Amino acid sequence: MISSFKTLQKNLKKDTTLMPTIKVALAGDTATQFLATALKGMGIEKGCIIDLFEAEYNQVERQLLDSTSELYAFAADYIVVFQSSHKLLSLFNKMPTGQQQGLADERLAFIKNICSAVQSRLICCNYPEIDDAVFGSYSNKVESSFIYQIRKLNLSLMELSMKIPNLFICDIAALQNKLGRDVMFHPAVYIGSEMVLSLDAVPYVASRIMDIVCAIQGKFKKCLILDLDNTLWGGVIGDDGYEKIELGHELGIGKAFTEFQQWALKLKNRGIILAICSKNNQDTAKEPFEKHPEMVLRLNDIAVFMANWDNKADNIRRIQSILNIGFDSMVFLDDNPFERNMVRENIPEITVPELPEDPADYLEYLYGLNLFETASFSSTDADRTKQYQIESLRVTTQMNFTNEDDFLKSLQMKSEVNPFNSFNTPRVSQLSQRSNQFNLRTVRYTEADIERMAKDTHFQSFSFTLSDKFGDNGLICAVVLEKKGTETVFIDTWFMSCRVLKRGMEHFTLNTIVDYAKQHGFRFVIGEYIPTSKNSMVEDHYLKLGFIPVDDPSRHLFRLEVDRYETKVCHITAL
Amino acid sequence: MCMETREIFNQLSEIFRDLFEEESLTLTPHTTAIDVEGWDSLSHIQLIVAIEKKFKIKFSSREILSWKNVGELMESIQAKVSS
Repeated sequence: MISSFKTLQKNLKKDTTLMPTIKVALAGDTATQFLATALKGMGIEKGCIIDLFEAEYNQVERQLLDSTSELYAFAADYIVVFQSSHKLLSLFNKMPTGQQQGLADERLAFIKNICSAVQSRLICCNYPEIDDAVFGSYSNKVESSFIYQIRKLNLSLMELSMKIPNLFICDIAALQNKLGRDVMFHPAVYIGSEMVLSLDAVPYVASRIMDIVCAIQGKFKKCLILDLDNTLWGGVIGDDGYEKIELGHELGIGKAFTEFQQWALKLKNRGIILAICSKNNQDTAKEPFEKHPEMVLRLNDIAVFMANWDNKADNIRRIQSILNIGFDSMVFLDDNPFERNMVRENIPEITVPELPEDPADYLEYLYGLNLFETASFSSTDADRTKQYQIESLRVTTQMNFTNEDDFLKSLQMKSEVNPFNSFNTPRVSQLSQRSNQFNLRTVRYTEADIERMAKDTHFQSFSFTLSDKFGDNGLICAVVLEKKGTETVFIDTWFMSCRVLKRGMEHFTLNTIVDYAKQHGFRFVIGEYIPTSKNSMVEDHYLKLGFIPVDDPSRHLFRLEVDRYETKVCHITAL
Repeated sequence: MCMETREIFNQLSEIFRDLFEEESLTLTPHTTAIDVEGWDSLSHIQLIVAIEKKFKIKFSSREILSWKNVGELMESIQAKVSS
């Protein structure tokens, strides 16, 4: 349920410390005070403070087209333009008959002008239709009819937004389709107040605008976790068997589930990761995906498949650890209110919609929530499932091994070792910036630093890749050795991506370091740990690898004698 | 006041207290916008919508602009509720 205007108003009194501030300018051609309040209230609900500049409503054109206006002086992160269909209609009504067919073009030109004047991101509301019923349905055949012009304008706005990256359309025309014009608009209030949105519609419009802002700010949903029985199909697979579940157009209310699955598949194809979380035996749960002719979703559409008898909060945590994305970017759908509440209580950040009782209502209900707003779309988004399936495969394979050694052997890992060069420099630099946990000295290197070290004979650099039978992790580790005299090499840098922890990569890396030291006649390898707030994971790194602490009160230094070193066992082959 | 009038009056008072967040707010038929802190043109719209929902009635645009005090507002509500 969306919050009422009253609730949004009350939000303004909440404690907002720690919330980030976003500057928004609102310009509209009707009274926007309610929308302004609702935007601020909705912002707080979504975790941000909206610092709002509200332009006076008869000043839209001046504020937006004059670069010295107060609106531009405010330097907003986002400018929201809310032009009403009513003002559009009254403009149309005043036009001489011969010019009415130019209405859409004239308004579009105005938006284009704003776009070229505006530096910040522009969110432009489109126009909910008013059918003035002058022609009836025949208006579809008449270019100079209002309905023809308003539809043309909405289409033109879409086309324009495709060309201008900073222009986003807030689709309140679609919102009106969902809510209905009689909910969206309160005629008696409009006559006395210039309010074109009903008080009930204001929170929805604020919500749609904030959805766009949040998506651009990086807060959006990435993963949809689905229950199976009575969510993805009708009936209980464990009792009914895969032949008897309700799915498709033959049996019972199967059509509702088929259409629901088609929706999930469309989301997957646009980059939303699908995961399954079900209380079932794994094999039984997978059967419909493999054998049922009416299943829309197949196993290769699912990134992580969790079917077992553990509680769902634990399973969702497992899904989270495999995907490594925030709980706040996940949506969980389950027909069972008990499971929903259990998950909500244990994982408050996750979104758990209150799915209606009747599966026939699932889709219309979910459409109304607008859960999957996004600020970008590219064709590579669809490949995302593949990457996560690989990681999921590794984790589930590991579950089948009781012995970790056997699991590691089965992975058939290979590593390519290279000094820093022009090909790997960008990635080494990126990893140097991003590695916080497995990073012994946390020295950050730019590309220029790395190029300099690569040329300096006092340094020896190593980069490591890791691939296995499931896929390629790419470059995941880097080491820089500094030559200190003729006997000692100092490990200036050692960082590694946490994606490849517990694979024996540390052992492989140390073997490589010691091999180098031996071949070049060094007797000692010195390592150092510099504590940060994030790298306690590697506090005992050198001790675990057999280094001896050096007696130095000011530093955490460790020493290894090359001649006494026994090559560590690991299951990674050098390429 | 008859029973029904009193009931409507109580419910209306409740709506006012809730909207203006003033527990001790007491209405009389002579109360006007000047007497209630925060009763401006914007909150007037909130008031109309809240009353329409509570009593399941619809005001006309003329009514919305016409009331001089709470007594007249009461008369509008009463006329609609009883019809």
